[in-house]
Amino acid sequence: MAGRVEGKVAFITGAARGQGRSHAVRLAAEGAAIIAVDICRPIDSVPYPMATPQDLAETIRQVEALDRRIIAFQADVRDYAGLKQALDEGVAQLDGLDIVSANAGILSYGLAAELDEATWQDMIDVNLTGVWHTAKAAMPHLIAGGRGGSIILTSSGVTLKGTPNFAHYVSAKHGLVGLMRTLALELAPHSIRVNSLHPTSVNTDMAHNELTYGLFRPDLEHPTVDDASATFQAMNALPLRWVEPADISNAVLFLASDEARYITGVPLPVDAGFAIK
Amino acid sequence: MAGRVAGKVAFITGAARGQGRSHAVRLAEEGADIIAVDIAEDIDSVRRFYPGATEADLAETVKEVEALDRRIVAAKADVRDYDALRKALDDGVAQLGHVDIVSANAAIWIFGDLAHEVSERDWQDLIDVNLTGVWHTAKAAIPHLIGQGTGGSIIITSSAAGLKGTPYAAQYTTSKHAVIGLMRTLALELAPHSIRVNTVNPTGVDTIMIQNEATWKLFLPDVEHPTKDQAAEIFATTNALPVPWVEPRDVSNAVLFLASDEARYITGVTLPVDAGYTLK
Repeated sequence: MAGRVEGKVAFITGAARGQGRSHAVRLAAEGAAIIAVDICRPIDSVPYPMATPQDLAETIRQVEALDRRIIAFQADVRDYAGLKQALDEGVAQLDGLDIVSANAGILSYGLAAELDEATWQDMIDVNLTGVWHTAKAAMPHLIAGGRGGSIILTSSGVTLKGTPNFAHYVSAKHGLVGLMRTLALELAPHSIRVNSLHPTSVNTDMAHNELTYGLFRPDLEHPTVDDASATFQAMNALPLRWVEPADISNAVLFLASDEARYITGVPLPVDAGFAIK
Repeated sequence: MAGRVAGKVAFITGAARGQGRSHAVRLAEEGADIIAVDIAEDIDSVRRFYPGATEADLAETVKEVEALDRRIVAAKADVRDYDALRKALDDGVAQLGHVDIVSANAAIWIFGDLAHEVSERDWQDLIDVNLTGVWHTAKAAIPHLIGQGTGGSIIITSSAAGLKGTPYAAQYTTSKHAVIGLMRTLALELAPHSIRVNTVNPTGVDTIMIQNEATWKLFLPDVEHPTKDQAAEIFATTNALPVPWVEPRDVSNAVLFLASDEARYITGVTLPVDAGYTLK
């Protein structure tokens, strides 16, 4: 049985680990070849460890274990020229581009009145401008390919609600929805679809660190995941604390596949009912 | 390779033809057994626009599902009649063992009048089928879903007209907005049971409901006998993607995704399958 994205080529940012790696593996399992990029180094304002070159190598290993091709680069979505060079090289080697997962994103914290300039700017640069860069680098390839395409922006459940301590993150993720809707209209004549995903907490390193737990349990000096569990769960309508990267990947796969050939301009929550609660 | 809804049972209203039949076939292709209901007769206020489904149509759905080597229990039932609907579902569950997926798909399309000119009868028939019928469908299914204790997925067919106003279709637009309110409430009420509730929101779908001269004339009021090709040109201007309408199978693919465990944490969501209609 042919895979659901058999023969397609997918470009994924932030692909070294977490959701990005999961997307690469899920799409590869359904027949896609992968162009993967990740910064693979720390950003000063990000308070948890970022991905490493070893992480990106592990993504390569997992995709190749599925007998699919993968071209991977260390590239920073803030650097348009570097990102474009990586994508152009990948497209040249894999002969086309069909799917774009603009997944690279960071998280940091602070009350809006107290955020420093660098923390704000890093967030906007990575989570908003980085996504525009990703789309900008990809669009000429998709249009020239003449076979449509699917761009999936990873936004967040917070775009349907405000969230204290995340003014910069919430602003960037709201901005993505405006970008998605505009791109969807601009690219519709080329049968290129653009949608966004809105996860609740996802079970990755971004959610699992003492800083997140501390935000949820400011009363404790060294809170653990167990201390924070009730808060994680209280955000969702379904009885669970977080979703798995594979759940987001399944939504990416659906939107990337021809089964969703007439779905565009849609913000799709994968949020266990976070938005309606 | 196991199907994406292998071993599940799906209850589908309005299953005799069009989107409902397509959902039955698509879910059966991926391993589900089907409980199908349809009124399978005309409704007076709809007859002037297009004919109702027939028992022969429902028999064709049965044939197509059985050709996939899946089981199907079909009954003639009107979603406005709660007792009959409940009996049809209960019989289906008794025969197939359980129910996991609910597609509240049955609906009618009455249009052409400004809101203040809509007759009492047209308004009432449409609200009874498109809104109360969906509540009946959920009401009949929920005790089964909760009692089984294995979660479930309810998919209500709303419309792009559930997200945007539509002149000359106040009653339809109202009903399709209303089922979104029902969906959001059900999603919260049923979340503790891991039962998910979502809507699909299609643009025009290539079925008899829109492929009739009365509907084409709504878009081409100055043409005496508009054709499908003429209608296609106008329909295409309502969508962002360069297509006049979508196929029933496109909606079925969204129903399948929401019905499957791949969407196990998606609830309370309106999912447009609308070629960018609501965006434009």
